[in-house]
Amino acid sequence: MTTRQIHSSSTAPAVRPGSTPPAPPAPAAQPGLERRRWSGRSRKDFLVFLAMALPNLVLIGTFTYWPLINNIYYSTLDWTLGSASATVVGLQNYITFFTSEDAAKVLGTTAVFTLVTVGGSMVLGLLVALALNSKVPGTTFARSAVFAPYVLSGVGVGLVWLFIFDPGYGVLAWILRGLGQQSPQWINDPQLSLVMVIIVYVWKNLGYCAVVYLAGLQSLPRDVMEAAALDGANSVRRFFNVSLPLLSPTTFFLLITTMLSSLQAFDLIRIMTPLGNGTSTLIYEAYLQAFGAYNRAGYSAAISVILFAILLIITVLQLRFVERKVHYS
Amino acid sequence: MSAPLPVAVVSPDVDAPQGRPRPLSRANLLQTVATGYVPLILATLAVFLPLLWMLLSSFKQPGEIVTMDLRILPESLNLQNYVTAMTTVPFAQFFANSLIVTVVGSSIKVILAILTAYALVFVRFPFKNVIFVLILVALMVPAQVSILPNYILIAGMGGKNTLWGIILPGLGTAFGTFLLRQHFLTLPPSILEAAEIDGAGHWRRLWQIIVPVSVPSIATVALVTVVSEWNDYIWPLIITDRPETMTLPVGLTLLQNSEGNGAGWGILMAGAVLVIVPILLVFAALQRYIVAGLTQGSVTG
Repeated sequence: MTTRQIHSSSTAPAVRPGSTPPAPPAPAAQPGLERRRWSGRSRKDFLVFLAMALPNLVLIGTFTYWPLINNIYYSTLDWTLGSASATVVGLQNYITFFTSEDAAKVLGTTAVFTLVTVGGSMVLGLLVALALNSKVPGTTFARSAVFAPYVLSGVGVGLVWLFIFDPGYGVLAWILRGLGQQSPQWINDPQLSLVMVIIVYVWKNLGYCAVVYLAGLQSLPRDVMEAAALDGANSVRRFFNVSLPLLSPTTFFLLITTMLSSLQAFDLIRIMTPLGNGTSTLIYEAYLQAFGAYNRAGYSAAISVILFAILLIITVLQLRFVERKVHYS
Repeated sequence: MSAPLPVAVVSPDVDAPQGRPRPLSRANLLQTVATGYVPLILATLAVFLPLLWMLLSSFKQPGEIVTMDLRILPESLNLQNYVTAMTTVPFAQFFANSLIVTVVGSSIKVILAILTAYALVFVRFPFKNVIFVLILVALMVPAQVSILPNYILIAGMGGKNTLWGIILPGLGTAFGTFLLRQHFLTLPPSILEAAEIDGAGHWRRLWQIIVPVSVPSIATVALVTVVSEWNDYIWPLIITDRPETMTLPVGLTLLQNSEGNGAGWGILMAGAVLVIVPILLVFAALQRYIVAGLTQGSVTG
């Protein structure tokens, strides 16, 4: 071991090509040797890094980045999914979308669904967080309970609520009958379908907002809260004038994350309203166009690109605002 | 982890601060119940009643569901709906497929996340910041917009109706890498110094030092991954159209198509129980890690 090392280091200068002076002065040789040893280690690190990180990076590149580029390309094609040939039509798919009735309907549905689900889960989430923040025993259990729907399968949850909303045999119809009312046609009426999906979506997601808001409430500076209480502000005023402004970073964070996930909501819409009648948001329309009845791959890709552009704008806004708005204390 | 909670509840007399009466004192009991418990109980019931209804209905026979007068409890704990659900569609197969996809997919993802995060934090390499930014951006790219290109790619590779076709596109993990990198950065460098002097290579340092001290973070990543793999819907829905390779959520859609009349609700609820309850049990046991993982970033902004 030792001999081999000595051997290799003594032969190394001789092996090196050409013009090396036969006997370099000792002080100059020292840093050279150092650097060679260092670069050997760093070459090894280089390989170690690649061995560890490359598989993941290649997968992310292939299935996350490459599709983005492909999507843009596909969106310029007139292409039936499964067909071997496609014609390049430039921006025609985008023009078709924005000049058809689809655009107003789909964008309107997306806007209503996103705004109501974001507003609903944030307001209700904050109310639940305030309840969870009280100092009574049992809040730990309640916190887990309200968070639970967030981790459950959207398909399972959608079916359970579809049964509850069933106009014939659902619990809701039964309650309404007790009140002398007829159950609305949740499934057949496009507007009511949207209301139904929104209610279930808020039910599933408000626990997330509640837990994030609770963390925010619990990290409020205690001295400020106590000072406000000593000033004689009642709890409602304390909430609106002190807590809520101090919570603005949390509110902003939730606004962005819930908006992004509402724009991507798919499972509930698919299971509760498969035809997308009144509930077809951008993501669902992109799915329907390619994988529903139509097989319009190019058109679907164009809708995906529009959705991605919207998501990108929101993300960039977040990054722009995050530095300005989020600092406190 | 199981450290005792603050004991204000157990010994209220000692800890009650002046001027802020104990929540359970007689004078405050009514107010505590009204402002503290009523909202909590309402919120908890709003979550549990629909799930309880699912469970009760899964035992009901068609005659108990297709009726104008609602009965809350099933007549018996009849498992007929479960049997019907499993014979109408190959539910056992779906369950096995979901299990394989979840276990294989999550294991690979967690290992890839550990390796990438370690490399990003502890191994010398040029452009590490650029790579990290690319991972951060990937974290924000929604899988939904990549569905069509990935479908064409995987179908072209012959991955339609295969389990590897379901697993492969989701394997790259930005979330796990990001979360573990942030955790590794908080580890004191001194824990690696001894190993460095020892001459231990990166591989040994990773598995003998870094991984053992990072178990909670790795558990968080693993659990969040398991939950999302199990629930994943849009991708398996698109890449499979034969029952042999469908996962549970997709299979449930198939069941819905064949039992989507009033009489089939009991069967569908049995199916929903089989999808929901496994995750509910995992969540009940390990909710601390799952909540932490899913709400990560909220504190830092």
